[in-house]
Amino acid sequence: MTVVDSYRVLKALALAAGGLLVALACGTAQGTTTTTTAQNVPGVTSNSILIGTTTPLSGAASAYASVSKGSTAYFNYLNDKGGINGRKITYKVYDDAYDPSKSVPLARQLITQDNVFAIFNELGTPVNLATRDYINSQNVPDLFVATGSSHWGSDYKTYPWTIGYQPDYISEGKIYAKDILKNHANAKIGVLRQNDDYGKDYLTGLTQGLGSGASNMIVDVETYEANAADVSSQVAALKAKGADLFYLVATPKFVDQALVTASKLGWKPAIYDNNVSNQVTTIQAAIKASSPEAVEGITSTVYLKDPASPKWTTDTGMKQYMSIMAKYCAGCDVNDGNYIFGMSVAWTFEQTMLKAGKNFTRDSVMKTARNLNLTGNPFTLPGVKILTSGDNQFPITQMALEHWQNQASPPGWVVDPTIINAR
Amino acid sequence: MRFLGLSGRTWVIAIVLILFALLAPLYLLDRFNTIEFAYVWTFAIALIGLNILTGYSGQISLGNGAFMAIGGYVTAILYWKLKIPYVLTILPAGLLAGLVGYLFGFPALKLSGLYLALATFALALSASPVIKNFGDLTNGHEGIVLPQAKDPFGIGLTNEQWLYYLTFVLGLLLFLFARAMLAGGTGRAFRAIRDSETAAAASGISLTFYKTLAFGIGAFYAGIAGSLVATVTAYVNPDSFDLPLSLGLLVGVVVGGLGTLAGPIMGAAFVVWLPNYAQKVLDKPDIVYGVTLILAMFLLPQGITGGVYRLAAVYRRRRAVAHPEEEAALAVGQQAPPVAEREAGGG
Amino acid sequence: MYLAAASVVQGVVQQIVSGLATGGIYASLALALVLIYRAMEALNFAQGEMAMFSTFIAWTLITQLHVNYYLAFAATIAISMVGGVVIERVIIRPVEHAPPLTVVLVTLGLFFAVNGLAGKIWQYVIKAFPGPPGFPQSAVSVGGVSLGIQDLFLILVTIILLTILYAFFRFTKLGLAMRSAALYPDTSRLLGVRTGWMLALGWGLAAGVGAVSGMLIAPIEFLDPNLMQPVLLYAFASAILGGIENPAGAVAGGFIVGVLLALIGTYVPGARDLRLAFGLVIIVAVLLLRPGGLFGRVHLARV
Repeated sequence: MTVVDSYRVLKALALAAGGLLVALACGTAQGTTTTTTAQNVPGVTSNSILIGTTTPLSGAASAYASVSKGSTAYFNYLNDKGGINGRKITYKVYDDAYDPSKSVPLARQLITQDNVFAIFNELGTPVNLATRDYINSQNVPDLFVATGSSHWGSDYKTYPWTIGYQPDYISEGKIYAKDILKNHANAKIGVLRQNDDYGKDYLTGLTQGLGSGASNMIVDVETYEANAADVSSQVAALKAKGADLFYLVATPKFVDQALVTASKLGWKPAIYDNNVSNQVTTIQAAIKASSPEAVEGITSTVYLKDPASPKWTTDTGMKQYMSIMAKYCAGCDVNDGNYIFGMSVAWTFEQTMLKAGKNFTRDSVMKTARNLNLTGNPFTLPGVKILTSGDNQFPITQMALEHWQNQASPPGWVVDPTIINAR
Repeated sequence: MRFLGLSGRTWVIAIVLILFALLAPLYLLDRFNTIEFAYVWTFAIALIGLNILTGYSGQISLGNGAFMAIGGYVTAILYWKLKIPYVLTILPAGLLAGLVGYLFGFPALKLSGLYLALATFALALSASPVIKNFGDLTNGHEGIVLPQAKDPFGIGLTNEQWLYYLTFVLGLLLFLFARAMLAGGTGRAFRAIRDSETAAAASGISLTFYKTLAFGIGAFYAGIAGSLVATVTAYVNPDSFDLPLSLGLLVGVVVGGLGTLAGPIMGAAFVVWLPNYAQKVLDKPDIVYGVTLILAMFLLPQGITGGVYRLAAVYRRRRAVAHPEEEAALAVGQQAPPVAEREAGGG
Repeated sequence: MYLAAASVVQGVVQQIVSGLATGGIYASLALALVLIYRAMEALNFAQGEMAMFSTFIAWTLITQLHVNYYLAFAATIAISMVGGVVIERVIIRPVEHAPPLTVVLVTLGLFFAVNGLAGKIWQYVIKAFPGPPGFPQSAVSVGGVSLGIQDLFLILVTIILLTILYAFFRFTKLGLAMRSAALYPDTSRLLGVRTGWMLALGWGLAAGVGAVSGMLIAPIEFLDPNLMQPVLLYAFASAILGGIENPAGAVAGGFIVGVLLALIGTYVPGARDLRLAFGLVIIVAVLLLRPGGLFGRVHLARV
């Protein structure tokens, strides 16, 4: 660069840098007000509780933005009723675009600047693995993490501040394995799984549940990348290997594609569909694109009520969901199961805080969370309990099996009355 | 008065800026913003490298994220398997990435423009599956958790401040290194190649040598940046350096200003800060990001630095009209300002 | 033994057929990419998102407003073409004379904006998109090898579209004007061709092709705002493999990529998780041997 240009560019840089820093300093100076009660609990005042999360509001995983929106709707509903023990909940939601390099600084911001009481329902396995160390080092509760990885339940001794929520994928895989051994003992199993943690965990659950027979029963495992366009080649390969049972570990779009491809190929295996992708809307889409026969008898598991299922129309819990959505999430697609998931976790948080009482600390809330015995969650299946104690730190481990029956009226999931304990 | 090719005035401003940057985390920035700036310096390092590759030697790359991945995983694996402290891994990370980049430069010689874009695009897309495939070495999808980097001198810096200084000082050193290199024969060769490969070859510049060198340097810088990302985030997984990151690098280098030395800093600030602000505006930050990017390109088609040049040119014209004798005097004592840099286009 | 051999052959043929079906998906979007590249020598990152947006418009027409499928199909193409022209005039024109990378970044910005907008309007629940009524949803089966009717339809329409476009560019005055405006802008202007509008028309055409592509892909892939993102990656690779300036080459490239990835993923040992990486390596290797793509022409630069 020449003399003049170096000078001018540096001058501009200096002005820009100065302006930016001043703006930042002003913009963030407010973020350091202390919010404490008489007991000096961060994030808590006599009439408010501040909790925070990072979640994908943008990017490839932005479909999960509705989880935090569901929780927010529920918290707004609670606040209008006076909050929890007179304290209103403020839920700060930051966008991490499912990227650990964003979630880690954002977790820092939540804890050191926004002074949240706890991190709530952070979503995604990689982002949680990245922030877990930091959050625990700060002795901040990392409540009800939103991922099906089994880490949170298994690692509670190393990470005492982190607790999971939903039934983990390995447990679910074991439930399927039990069912397969009971009803399809001679099956030749073909697995389609996403090539990541989620896909791996479901396969691990299946293999562990099948025990010594696993390697004989599983004839082929096909994988696909999350950014794949299409899985027809993998499905064709599974059929060619002679599988007669299809274990589907894929996200909704790929489950639909797999079901339709199987139908097109004239392949009629027994199908097991993972919980992540068993929404009524998903199955209906598959039917529209192929035929009802393609989905007849599919087995899956369930622990939440599906808003798109006519079975719950008159159910009190579902009515509550619908009315909360109508008032606090106008324009949101009520059939999106992520919303009800978000509400079910928010309810769990409410109950935990109620149990912890009016005078609580981070420590006491964590202890309460690790000794839960909650029933009556309006958004989960009746009979599903939220249980933690001692060595069992997996809050929800119960699911019911369900089968898709076109003969039912209306056609849909028929849920087994038995609630199965996975652990 | 000139010193090292810069006037006294320029030196004063440079020193003030550097002092400002050094003092900011102690007195002005909170912990979150300190870390965000650590990412800005890190990203700027990667952009300096990409700038040399694309802006100076004219080879487009959509795949520098993959070179960052190499650097990041070198640091992570050396810690995970051999417990080597991160500071010692920075240089090896850069060197390994640089080597791979250099080797990639050879087949890249035969490709140009869109075809080179695809080849580098292929690199970016392949990084994740390859990393996952060698799970024994990389821990596959689970990724590798690294310890929080602490201030080694025990002078009471917070983690965030230490990381800020680490990345800033490294960034400054690497910037000066790049500047020195570009001011010399290497830089002239690069610019000659960018302006016209045939003319450069005709005047005896070895295209093979310089173009592969550019790839190596670009990858070296990316590798160091990747290593720093691993340290700052304290976690890597196969998707830490995915295609959107490579595209983000491209955005940064163009928005900052291709073929300029100040570009990388501006571009890094843009790419790191914009998503943070976009989120405050709308709960669908993608829309804000996209619209801002479009507007940025409308208003500053040659990047922020290009915009500064244009303002400088306007200012000079106005001064020349108002004070012709002064401008004439200045004109005698300096070289002609560069024509608004022709960016290396698609090839 | 013969049975075993027969089933292996059947397996291979099925993979090839499935690969062609998937390839058709890539080919159709690759066609749109090529149209814009020929018009302005830049890659349109937003091509897939524009196609996705068009598909959502069609979805709204068909399933929400109960418009007849064929009417909605035609209407969507028309709307998309107008949209493409408007986008070119409003968003691309300001940077027409900027360096090519600047234009690419504008299309990247468009990518984010359109994707975000679609997500806000239609959200993320997976939707089924209907195929043309009267066509069965099932498959054709020959010797145990199956091909879906929708897939067959997609392949046929892509090839027909290719033929129509070829005829348009080769035999009509407008097509000639567009080609000359792209290749020799200054001379064309002297001859009275309104080059600015030719570029806009090129965008309109590409948007229309994209809309067709989206409406044919959606029944197979299912509709959500992220429908076209993976397709764009592969379409890009296909177009370049085939020769970015050659529409027929791009379409062929799409089929080749589809079959290639299917065969690699199934039959190359150890490539199960790496089919994409292997596929890309092969494509790059091909480019090294034929730098202009399989069917493209290398431009010789005069010194």
